[in-house]
Amino acid sequence: MKSDFLNLSLRMNPMKTVVSVLGCSLALSLAAADWTQFRGPRGDGVSTETRLPTRLEVGSVSWAIDLPGRGISSPVIVGKRVFVTASSGAKQDRLHVLCYGLEDGKLIWERKFWATGRTMTHEKISGATPSPASDGTRIFAIFSSNDCVALDLDGNLLWFRGLGRDYPNASNSLGMSSSLMVAEGVLVAQVENDSESFTAGLDVKTGLNRWKLERPKKANWTSPVPVTGADGRTLVALQSSKGLAAVDPATGQVVWNYGEGASTVPSTAVSGGRLYVPSQGLTVLEAPVAGGEPKQVWRSGQLRPGTASPVVVGDRVYTLNDGGILTCGDAKDGKRLWQLRMKGPFSASPLAAGGHLYCVNEKGLVQVVDPSAPEGAVVSELDLGQTVIGTPSIAAGSLFVRSDGKLWRIGRESAL
Amino acid sequence: MTLGWLMVSAGSLTWGAVPVGLEAPLADLRAVGPQGSGNEKAAAAWARVAAADGAAIPGVLEAMDGANDYALNWIRLAVDTIAQRELAVGRGLPVTALETFIADTRHHPRARYQAYELIRRMEADRAEKMLPGLLTDPGNELRRDAVQAVMNRAAARVASDKAGAIAGYREALGHAREADQIDEIAKALMGQGETVDLIRVFGWVTKWKMIGPFDNTGGTGWSTEFPPEKNLDLAAELDGKKGRVRWVDYETRNEYGLVDFNTPFTSLKEVTGYATTEFWSDGARTAQVRLGCKNGWKVWVNGKLLFARDEYHRAAEMDQYRLPVELKAGKNVLLVKCCQNEQTEDWTKEWEFQLRITDEQGTPILSTR
Repeated sequence: MKSDFLNLSLRMNPMKTVVSVLGCSLALSLAAADWTQFRGPRGDGVSTETRLPTRLEVGSVSWAIDLPGRGISSPVIVGKRVFVTASSGAKQDRLHVLCYGLEDGKLIWERKFWATGRTMTHEKISGATPSPASDGTRIFAIFSSNDCVALDLDGNLLWFRGLGRDYPNASNSLGMSSSLMVAEGVLVAQVENDSESFTAGLDVKTGLNRWKLERPKKANWTSPVPVTGADGRTLVALQSSKGLAAVDPATGQVVWNYGEGASTVPSTAVSGGRLYVPSQGLTVLEAPVAGGEPKQVWRSGQLRPGTASPVVVGDRVYTLNDGGILTCGDAKDGKRLWQLRMKGPFSASPLAAGGHLYCVNEKGLVQVVDPSAPEGAVVSELDLGQTVIGTPSIAAGSLFVRSDGKLWRIGRESAL
Repeated sequence: MTLGWLMVSAGSLTWGAVPVGLEAPLADLRAVGPQGSGNEKAAAAWARVAAADGAAIPGVLEAMDGANDYALNWIRLAVDTIAQRELAVGRGLPVTALETFIADTRHHPRARYQAYELIRRMEADRAEKMLPGLLTDPGNELRRDAVQAVMNRAAARVASDKAGAIAGYREALGHAREADQIDEIAKALMGQGETVDLIRVFGWVTKWKMIGPFDNTGGTGWSTEFPPEKNLDLAAELDGKKGRVRWVDYETRNEYGLVDFNTPFTSLKEVTGYATTEFWSDGARTAQVRLGCKNGWKVWVNGKLLFARDEYHRAAEMDQYRLPVELKAGKNVLLVKCCQNEQTEDWTKEWEFQLRITDEQGTPILSTR
């Protein structure tokens, strides 16, 4: 359910978007932006929302609800509905897809599956670690067991795939975490691990394989991100220990490749035709516009991200290490501009909205950063009192944060 | 929907009372399989089944009998959807029929557990009263809940009635089949000063003959057929990675059955080892080889490869891999290949596995010799 406004904004420089939106609040108020996948519709952690609260207090929480299972996946928001995945049971083999009302947090429907693949994970995560995705009319969910399901927005089952059963060595004993992405009518499932490692393009209507691409045999927890190809169509950037491959989602063909290695935890951010790849610190690539391979713009060891993925807003790039050092760099050349010690540790990726950064540490402390301050400044905090590992989501002027047991909506704007 | 009942069969499987009008869509749901096969027909069929009323639930659950794991999820979701809709409009569910369904242990364990969940949602007290009768249930989930209830009662008695608590834990231990639950009960008993023979309770295979090291430089040993894979001759002296090697006797006394290659061969890197043993069975039977291992491994029984995995040092746990196997009457020969890689971190020193043989539910099967 992408609005025309959102489609337009996707092609704009994010900072310019924020500025233009500030001067055009009426236009924004007429368009609600869905949050359709991990780190938002562009997979970059940047929201066009400007109405998020910046001075957080207990009253900023409009609702908080209990969840029936564990999970660190990000919520997906489509229209007035919030979709969340969870897993439960002694072996985390009960897989949940839940739909809540955005306004009141009331449960609209819940669907439960049995895992058909292996469910063992590190204790810090659970079966519901990969984030779901939506194309606006369907919700797609995948779990650590590589069970993948498509439902319509009313919870009607459209298809089911047991990828862990179909490909029995496709698993990771620490757990799988790559989130789903939809592009060109194809659902991209990155099922990369030490053994039977692949990425699959599944038909969104049937779940059948459109393609299956063999991938590096190495555990990989990163998620695919969209990048614009030379012909203007969306490509899918697949990160791995080997580097970054841009793949045509319609065919699974590799269009271009960067082969200088990359992290297997934080994911790439794409902004303004550039890819900010967690590779040898942070390596910035210019996506090729007329064929060929990507060109390195700069590389910095001082901007190395931790578990959290980088976020780029206008001419600034921000990385967050596990201990809580937020580093701001110049997106043009990688020069480090300032560092801010925050209260860590962090696993969740920072998000940007309305000229602020929203960072949630593992202790559940939400910290709002004003990056326009000379050295960056935390302008407010809100303690949720529970462990938070997963990256939040943004929609309807609100931040949606989930723990193993709760889902919070922070922000009070009504959905449109 | 007016319900009638009839018997239908799907292929070689016979499943029972199916609500009239749902025979064909339920057959479509049962026809789904690997690689998404049958998904397109199933999507339309699912909508028809999910539109049924609450009275149809036992019949829909019955369609799980003999169904594969993909189909189980399609059917399960239809039942969830029917139930949610019925409850939302205050119509309730056929609790008595569901209770009858659970009592019939011929039905699929997961169907019976879903029926139990529905009863619990409607009438929690009624569901709880069913638990003592489920302590010996053939379904793991029902049995697990029943054992957990006994554990909870025992835990509540620890402070005031130690003997009663111990008796409760002993009862739970006798019925538990899930490794994590057995472990929790055993620790609770040991915390009360009791002795638990964990090796016997879990049924670890403890006596092996081992040989090594063979090469695994660059991970190549995992796919190399060293002599033990081609000809299992326990008297042979073979070319190993660092000279001639022979089979040695090994017996683990580890409570969790760990078979440690580092003990006879010292801590080595980029090496391959083998362990073999005889397992005697009174008769031919279906069983499971349950393995825990964080190294690259392969397992053969009677020369047949059951499964192989080349993941190193991510994690291991009891019953991590459950490998179906057909045991012969008499002697069965187990062969385990265990590969160590090049990593040098502290958490990569393990070169080991744990293995037991159980029935499908987890009841240990011990070698008769």
